[in-house]
Amino acid sequence: MNKIVRSLWLVVCGLLCSSILFAQNTNQETDVMRTSGKIYVVVAVCLTILIGLFVYVFLLDRKISRLEKGKD
Amino acid sequence: MKVPDLPIIHQSIRNLYFHVCMWFGMMILFIISFVYSIKYLRGFNLRNDIYATNFAAVGTFFGILGYSTGAIWANYTWITDQSQSLGSVLKEPKLIGAAISLLIYGAYFVLRGSFTDMDKKARISAVYNIFAFALLFPSIWIIPRLVGSLHPGAPGSDSGNPALNAQNDLDLGMRLIFYPAVIGWTLLGVWISTLKIRLQLIKDKTLINE
Repeated sequence: MNKIVRSLWLVVCGLLCSSILFAQNTNQETDVMRTSGKIYVVVAVCLTILIGLFVYVFLLDRKISRLEKGKD
Repeated sequence: MKVPDLPIIHQSIRNLYFHVCMWFGMMILFIISFVYSIKYLRGFNLRNDIYATNFAAVGTFFGILGYSTGAIWANYTWITDQSQSLGSVLKEPKLIGAAISLLIYGAYFVLRGSFTDMDKKARISAVYNIFAFALLFPSIWIIPRLVGSLHPGAPGSDSGNPALNAQNDLDLGMRLIFYPAVIGWTLLGVWISTLKIRLQLIKDKTLINE
């Protein structure tokens, strides 16, 4: 049960993160994301993947530590 | 590194190494999961069931990452004027197809969670996994290619958006990085899945001993 609640929280946090990105103003000329040939879009995508993977591996790590503790 | 400067997407074509690789990785992980589900049904060895589940889990995770990165990318390339909102732009056959297939895989985990008997759980979820894999093909491979879309790869995409046509739009330098990147991300996914599998195998071993 605890596992399900935790994964639900993860999904909610993910949704919040993306809504922050979408809330940026879409003024075509002054928007930071649209300068320098939209290179910052790549930065955002890259960060999303890295943060996502880190969170996933971190949760996995916690599971392993819990198993280790249970054994000792 | 130099990239071809295409209209609309400009430098954001570099997302090819991230967004597209996520979907490649997802597809490969789902194929592995599918193979282990068949192997499970041939011999009813619970080890194969653990393999299939964990590959499907990491595959679904890659799919979610691919979906969210796609949403970010679309936000800055598909919206062409102020009056458009992201919601109106995202009504795309490819996106809906991908969402359907991810939800089907989500249902796979719900189905697994609803059983208490190990053997029944493994058997029914293996059958469901094969069904989910079969549904991937119409939803993400066939229908998006039949219907016009802003997403590259659809028949109408030449007018709205430059297609990421591997023959015309990607030069040699990009392909030189793209294919190793696909292999790299996939191997990362396989590694995470094997970690999960080893954890699960240890857990089940202690369960059996008790």
